[in-house]
Amino acid sequence: MREALDQWTFVIAAYALGIAATLALVAWAWWDMRRAERRREEARRK
Amino acid sequence: MHGFANPKRFLSLVRWLTPTMLASGLVLAAVALAWGLWFVPPDRLMGETVRILFLHVPAAWLGMGGWAAIAVASAAFLVWRHPLAALAARAAAVPGMVFTAVCLATGSIWGRPTWGTWWVWDGRLTSMLVLLFLYFGYLALAQAVAREGGSSRIPAIFGLVGAINIPIINRSVVWWNSLHQPPSITVGKSAIDPQFLAPLLVAVLGFSLVFGGVVLARMRALLGDIQADARLRRKAGEAA
Repeated sequence: MREALDQWTFVIAAYALGIAATLALVAWAWWDMRRAERRREEARRK
Repeated sequence: MHGFANPKRFLSLVRWLTPTMLASGLVLAAVALAWGLWFVPPDRLMGETVRILFLHVPAAWLGMGGWAAIAVASAAFLVWRHPLAALAARAAAVPGMVFTAVCLATGSIWGRPTWGTWWVWDGRLTSMLVLLFLYFGYLALAQAVAREGGSSRIPAIFGLVGAINIPIINRSVVWWNSLHQPPSITVGKSAIDPQFLAPLLVAVLGFSLVFGGVVLARMRALLGDIQADARLRRKAGEAA
């Protein structure tokens, strides 16, 4: 007998994972870019 | 093209291009995902799980596109020896790895209700998993070279050799028996109904812009660290 699977559970899981990964990637890339550019400016001022 | 390889000119261009690409990409991707989630009807065969493809397909293309970018930038570095090309290759690695992981995870989530299994060791899935391991290897190698001060040619050669996997992924569903469907979109042709194709193309455009914005942000981060280190070394040398 085939088990009944709620397809929406899988759709929501995939969207949650994909959106979280994309947002985390963008946030990390932006934060790391700002950190490195601040560090360059500080090195220039020293 | 060579003019933009000047770090000063490159920075003046990407200062506005990075936030523009990231913001427009996020908006377009959000529109495409909302469109796919609420305004597209369920597919005749896949049912509601067809919605997962608006994430899975762009992630798969960008996973492969990321390595193609590494290979092109590595070739440019090996030919012209311009350090910005090596930075571009390194910058594409993390977003490429993340999108490959998203492709594998969403594909697995899609496979459970559709194929009845989370994973099969067929050509497409296995070659995509190999791509993820290639990203791990490339990142470890590039980081080791940056830390230990080795030759940037080593990760560049690895990036070029690893590109052999890209046509293997692309042709895997043609060469071997696979649970994965054959290509739905080829040059100038599509087997996808327009009501699914339109949000898919918007999603591909949106995620591609996000990918491009992240690559530029990574290049700026890597360049900022290199310039800060060089300046601090020069000042330490002057003080000694």
